[in-house]
Amino acid sequence: MIKTKNILEAIKMVDELKFDIRTVTFGISLLDCADTNGEKSRQKIYDKITKLTENFVKIAEKTEKEYGIPIINKRISVTPISIIAGSSNDTDYVKFAKTLDKAADIAGVNFIGGYSALVQKGFAKGDEFLIRSIPEALSVTNKVCSSINLASTKAGINMDAVKIMGQVIKDTAYLTRDKDSLGCAKLVVFANAVEDNPFMAGAFHGVGEAEKVISVGVSGPGVVKYALEGVKGRNFTEVCEIIKQTAFKITRAGEVVAKEICKRLDVPFGIMDLSLAPTPEIGDSVARILEEIGLESCGAHGTTAALALLNDAIKKGGIMASSNVGGLSGAFIPVSEDEGMIAAVSAGSLNLEKLEAMTCVCSVGLDMIAIPGDTPASTISAIIADECAIGVINQKPTAVRLIPVHGKTVGDLAEFGGLLGRAPVMAVSKFSSEAFIERGGRIPAPIHSFKN
Amino acid sequence: MKAIITILGKDKVGIIASVSTLLANHNVNILDITQTVMKEYFTMTMLVDLDRLDTEFITLQEELTNRGHAIQMDIKIQREDIFEKMYGI
Repeated sequence: MIKTKNILEAIKMVDELKFDIRTVTFGISLLDCADTNGEKSRQKIYDKITKLTENFVKIAEKTEKEYGIPIINKRISVTPISIIAGSSNDTDYVKFAKTLDKAADIAGVNFIGGYSALVQKGFAKGDEFLIRSIPEALSVTNKVCSSINLASTKAGINMDAVKIMGQVIKDTAYLTRDKDSLGCAKLVVFANAVEDNPFMAGAFHGVGEAEKVISVGVSGPGVVKYALEGVKGRNFTEVCEIIKQTAFKITRAGEVVAKEICKRLDVPFGIMDLSLAPTPEIGDSVARILEEIGLESCGAHGTTAALALLNDAIKKGGIMASSNVGGLSGAFIPVSEDEGMIAAVSAGSLNLEKLEAMTCVCSVGLDMIAIPGDTPASTISAIIADECAIGVINQKPTAVRLIPVHGKTVGDLAEFGGLLGRAPVMAVSKFSSEAFIERGGRIPAPIHSFKN
Repeated sequence: MKAIITILGKDKVGIIASVSTLLANHNVNILDITQTVMKEYFTMTMLVDLDRLDTEFITLQEELTNRGHAIQMDIKIQREDIFEKMYGI
């Protein structure tokens, strides 16, 4: 029989250290839902999603009880809607967002991702309609998440799209101003977006994916922090080793649960995304892991190195545990969703510049950061351009999810509620990037992308 | 399907009797039991076979939880394969 010590450790992970499966995401291809008649297309989308996900939440809940590991979110991701809606003669895509929202309600999931467009090299017919519709779409729906891929290592950076997105983010913030500009929390822009990411707001079902697939994101910053408490003062080799071992166990646990759900629903298993995703709760913070490694406060010098080793060790442990590791796997650093990050910003040890440096070595980017509501659109675009450059040059995904909180400024606190947390509004540069963004066009792909 | 039952709490008379009676009533076969008592703190893990279980897993789980409340113990049941995967290469 399995050792009692191990059984008790696994139980402690869940009961005390907040280990959970952060999301089980049902990916659905909508490629067969395209129609020149928008109304017919939306009906096909609604029917397909609701039919396929009929038992999804019920079975996920049953399985989590049997294994004793909570699944926090059940979600759906779909083919980028710009591709599907682009086949129709419609120009108002908000109706597609409403259809997704309604389907998500019926399915019983808390988010549906895929109100998306991939424009790293240019705009197809549906892309610009979709992008222009985002502010309204996110203000009239509750569960729809939107993501736009603006750049890739192979294509470079679409600076026209970067410019537009600065304004789209501002407009979304304004239309959801009564909720501290919450709409922006459901909108993310990417460089090198991955097609099998199960995490919101950036999840969409890539066109290269199967007809239907279930992917899983596991989490557990608390478990890693606790394990590190056992190696205080030891050298970095031992730190990496303990993180790897922990990541292995977490990944294995997630995979068992995920495969059982797939078997019961008769849906192929997609990928395990092993991302340390924090929540605003005490004991569920990535920042506190970095501090456990030896920093007085997240953001102190050494933070980038600590995050780099954490990110790498997680991947190594996860890849040993599962042959299906994918998505964004690594460590997330969303400010508003991480109790330790919020504290670090409030204490003055963490600023936007340090966060940008951190995004060079972690799995995502500038995430859930509140900035002043009066930040010019061109400044937001310029922040996006910087982040895209990091992703494109380093051949990794990077993302930006900024919330220019309408009516708030540096020192104020924005409240998003639930897992989205709260964020102290952070300062951006006072100097203008207007002329830089005004140029438009495309920043070409870097030389090292030509591995032909 | 096999499962692991864990029982944690302050030691007292009749813990195993109480739980094993409930299991027998649902046709659950106990395959192995490990138990320790440290400073009055009782820890027991039990490997059980659910192949002939006469009810739903969830129902058994609820009954065990309720039984735990009645005798002031924390009782959990989880499928065994999760532990196998987490602690085996």
